[in-house]
Amino acid sequence: MTMQRDATAARLGMWLFLFSELLLFGGLFLLYAVYLARYPADFVAGGRQLDLLLGTGNTILLITSSLTVALALSALQQGRRRLCLGLLCATVLASLLFLVNKGVEWQAKFDHGLFPGGARLEETAPGQKVFFGLYFVTTGLHGLHVLIGAALLLWILGLVGSGRVTEQDPVMLENGALYWHLVDLIWIFIFPLYYLLL
Amino acid sequence: MNRYSHPALSFRCLTTVWALLLVLTGITVFVSRLDLGALNIWAALGIATLKASLVVLYFMHLKHEPRLLKLCLFIALLTLASFIGLTFFDVLYR
Repeated sequence: MTMQRDATAARLGMWLFLFSELLLFGGLFLLYAVYLARYPADFVAGGRQLDLLLGTGNTILLITSSLTVALALSALQQGRRRLCLGLLCATVLASLLFLVNKGVEWQAKFDHGLFPGGARLEETAPGQKVFFGLYFVTTGLHGLHVLIGAALLLWILGLVGSGRVTEQDPVMLENGALYWHLVDLIWIFIFPLYYLLL
Repeated sequence: MNRYSHPALSFRCLTTVWALLLVLTGITVFVSRLDLGALNIWAALGIATLKASLVVLYFMHLKHEPRLLKLCLFIALLTLASFIGLTFFDVLYR
């Protein structure tokens, strides 16, 4: 097969897609900023009800999974295929753990009636309703990205395993890793804005 | 050889960036527990931006990408910043 490939162009295409993701989440952060300016006290009260331990744990998980996928790419480029596969497995595992934590966290919020339309949230100030609405939309959309990223990396893991993504042609892993780093980047902003308000 | 991909970053470089990210996470949690008033949100955003730069430059290899790509990212961030800035021009002076 003599298909011409240009890895730089492939990465540029991936980055252009990531910019559109940036603006998608940017819109949600913009909403957050406007309503934080309008209801500062309610946002602080809302943020206090989020689980700091789970939030910090998930931050560490995502940062570490970003490391393992970056290491996986380096390992593949150095021709260490088995190490690359192991590191990709670790990344997928971390992403699943992240989702389990998120599920535990959401479950607790639902149990306490802290969801849009929930009994307890209906009684609180309008600012807290906005806070929890934005919390569920933003972390939900982010969680969806975690799920997609995990599926993407699992697929690429198969491609590396079957020798279709190699040291000579790693662009698929490069782009998959870029997507995963974006998921990490967005969480880096979600974490302080939602969990660390005081 | 594959002449289009950038050189592999060393494991040592990547782990150092990871360690820095963890330290910065610790710092942002610590700073958020102090009552600094309006400064809290700016400290949180500043540290998050620093962490994001580390991820973009090293994990995402932007440091070794061609100038065109860096320019594209700059324009994307400028677009986002102007959206936020112009919205606040409206919201703050209503």
